[in-house]
Amino acid sequence: MGLFTNLKDSVSRVTDKLFSAQEPKRIGIYGPPNAGKTTLANRIARDWTGDAVGPESHIPHETRRARRKEDVEIERNGKTVTIDIVDTPGVTTKVDYEEFLDHDMEKDDAVRRSREATEGVAEAMHWLREDVDGVIYVLDSTTDPFTQVNTMLIGIIESQDLPVLILANKTDLEESSVQRIQNAFPQHETIPLSALEGDNMDEVYEKIAEYFG
Amino acid sequence: MPEVKGNGPNGDGPNGDAPDDAGGVQIDLIGADRMANMAAMEKIRMILDGVRDNNIVILETGLSPDEESKLIEVTMTEISPDEFNGIEIETYPRSETTDQSFLDRLMGNESTQKLTVIGPANQIETLHKDENLISALVSRK
Repeated sequence: MGLFTNLKDSVSRVTDKLFSAQEPKRIGIYGPPNAGKTTLANRIARDWTGDAVGPESHIPHETRRARRKEDVEIERNGKTVTIDIVDTPGVTTKVDYEEFLDHDMEKDDAVRRSREATEGVAEAMHWLREDVDGVIYVLDSTTDPFTQVNTMLIGIIESQDLPVLILANKTDLEESSVQRIQNAFPQHETIPLSALEGDNMDEVYEKIAEYFG
Repeated sequence: MPEVKGNGPNGDGPNGDAPDDAGGVQIDLIGADRMANMAAMEKIRMILDGVRDNNIVILETGLSPDEESKLIEVTMTEISPDEFNGIEIETYPRSETTDQSFLDRLMGNESTQKLTVIGPANQIETLHKDENLISALVSRK
């Protein structure tokens, strides 16, 4: 009986290992609000699955729930990498509903949106601590990257030993400065792109395959 | 080490006395020794209790990345319209005064030995920050 039990455990361990090696890695798309995370998630999902992940908007906190697109197969250099993309709400330390009133929103809607946004940020932090295997950190290259939220988030990601790819988004805009992002996080490679226009996505996919494959 | 001045469990001053809110802004300087023996959630509770009382909290030693992550998460759960909008937080590392190795710095293993300033989002605004200066504007509510 003991022999069979041991044999069964051994077989179970081997099959677990085999299957876990094939499981897609969960890659979280993180960054501050309005950096273009959902635009990027949609670009990747559309390029490789034909579907979108969620709605995009210029209003902050459009994404208020983490959304997962499963089994995205990316082919690069004859190699296939399968990942689950997790599009997360923009991380911040403050949410003021009055900010939404500037976007022609009624107070009730603004309050509801701010409540959902705070829940979404808390959820995103939980995913980061527990449930992602790697991170794509998206920054708007037209804005100052030296913010406390960016510094803290990168520090949290580094402390978890997660592979991280930093993307300098919105390079189609005139004010874009990729160098400023490289200066802010010199310990990481920074890849420029425009998720909206699809510029430089080839390099992005190469790096995704390299970092998360 | 700075004089320790922190909130008690009931929102009292550090010695159990009621804070004097006769028109000023209270600044709590939390010393390293006080933080050293606290669990992560105790630190977060102490910080948020202080900030929600409209105080500016300055930590002689900062939080670990994991504690920072939990601080953001708990802050989010406490935000309430017209009452509490969240926190403003600024830190700067003090790597030159710590015994951090070159390898640690090379690998991005930042020490938690960093001065941290935390305040209510609607009362504190960072004017300027560089590697050895934080300039902030603090307003009364």
